[in-house]
Amino acid sequence: MAERKMQKDVVIVGGGPAGLAAAVRLYDKGVKDILILERESKLGGILRQCIHDGFGLTRFGETLSGPEYAKRFIDETLKRNIPYITDTTVINVTPEKLVIAAHADGLIEVQAKAVILTMGCRERTRGALAIPGTRPAGILTAGVAQSYINLHNRMPGREIVILGSGDIGMIMARRLTLEGAHVIGVFEVMPIPSGLPRNIEQCLHDYDIPLSLSHTVSDIKGTDRLESVTISEVDEHLQPIPGTEKEYPCDTLILSVGLIPENELTIGAGAVMDDHTKGPVVDEFCQTSVPGLFAAGNVLHVHDLVDFVSLEAEALADGAAAYVQEGSLPACNIPINCGANVGHTIPQKITGARDFQLSLRVRKPIENAVIRVMDGDREIARRKVRKALPAEMIQFTVKAKYLTDVSELIVSAE
Amino acid sequence: MNREITCIVCPNGCTLNIDFEKNGDGKTSVTSVRGNLCPRGRDYAVQEMESPMRTIASSVLVTGGELPLASVRTNAPIPKERIFDVMKEVRKVTVAAPVSAGDVIIKDVLGLGVDIIATKDVF
Repeated sequence: MAERKMQKDVVIVGGGPAGLAAAVRLYDKGVKDILILERESKLGGILRQCIHDGFGLTRFGETLSGPEYAKRFIDETLKRNIPYITDTTVINVTPEKLVIAAHADGLIEVQAKAVILTMGCRERTRGALAIPGTRPAGILTAGVAQSYINLHNRMPGREIVILGSGDIGMIMARRLTLEGAHVIGVFEVMPIPSGLPRNIEQCLHDYDIPLSLSHTVSDIKGTDRLESVTISEVDEHLQPIPGTEKEYPCDTLILSVGLIPENELTIGAGAVMDDHTKGPVVDEFCQTSVPGLFAAGNVLHVHDLVDFVSLEAEALADGAAAYVQEGSLPACNIPINCGANVGHTIPQKITGARDFQLSLRVRKPIENAVIRVMDGDREIARRKVRKALPAEMIQFTVKAKYLTDVSELIVSAE
Repeated sequence: MNREITCIVCPNGCTLNIDFEKNGDGKTSVTSVRGNLCPRGRDYAVQEMESPMRTIASSVLVTGGELPLASVRTNAPIPKERIFDVMKEVRKVTVAAPVSAGDVIIKDVLGLGVDIIATKDVF
């Protein structure tokens, strides 16, 4: 079995939008000894299967499909001849930044000065939800269904029930309908939809697909293939209400019930994790608690807009370049914590000496929201958002000049 | 008649309250729009009710390529009521590799002044 051992300044795990944006920026900052490791056979990440448009509105002022947005960054990567290997799965990253990857030709070991984690996220599954019933074929997560249709030219089924009003589920409701399937309905366990209003309008209302809030799948029937699902109304504790069961014959159940940053490698490297984001705790350089280990994109926290992913990855690259060129980065000892109505913030620690980009999500919809960044009683920054939604990440710059002598920042939304 | 929709023109996402009538010929005409913070919201409401436009994305079969499909999309919005007619045209098409993103797959589909373009390279 062939083995390859090498040394690189930077290894990037994952050649999707975050990894590619980081690679291009790193190169342009003078760090050229890079290696991108990508587990699929092509670069581009999840964008390859997101063929609908709406990508790049802020970045390029155009509404592109996922593959077109990815192509912009793939072209820049190829133009600079930045080395990459596909069909390679990273299986371990040590705290000393040794990256071990599996390829059909054998193991690859790369000792890096800095490692950039841009592995993206995966989908929550039926097993994680513990939906009772039999286990026939025909139960897929929305991203898998999207991959079947858009990459492999396979229809998952014809009579579809969708559980979860996440954006991917709604996008797939439209995709399946356009290809001739009948989407019976979208069922959401919460009392409010989890995806964007734009998608409810253009993916569900446009095609007369009903959306039922406060409902969930309480049983599944079928031996070899799915034959029906049972839908129940749920109470305020999200538990099925007995007596409200309704059975829907169908051959496919699509699950769009949450995205989880894919952090096995991050945990293996010893990085401290944030329970709110399910990603690593990072500072304003996107550096984790392990020096020289950085993270950006969906692996850090799930994004709604790839335009923001690119920005985040470029900010990371600035930090990683400085790390490689100078050997270390300034200490980030000032914590940022969540106050009222804020679910999470990125970063969680700052120097307090530089401007930084703050990202956050609110826990519930708030009209005319005021986002406040406070140090004790002192207001450091404030932002007004007309309609703050959990489904829409909020990002703004906090200026260094307001950060003198801060000791702890709390971000809240009212 | 009355309908509420969320405006998608800018992140404000104003809730637009629209009064409209259905004429004898089945067409809709808007009589009033409330809730918009700017004139673009009003224009959006009128367009949405009277002649809604949409972009759609799908894929075409590719022969002799490294992938079986090339993703495609409309390069401009089409009338919402023509979506399935356009899909029918898209389904008729098979292209031979290589395909480049930006290639025109169907020019001026159904005379709507909109092209179907490839969005992925397939070599």
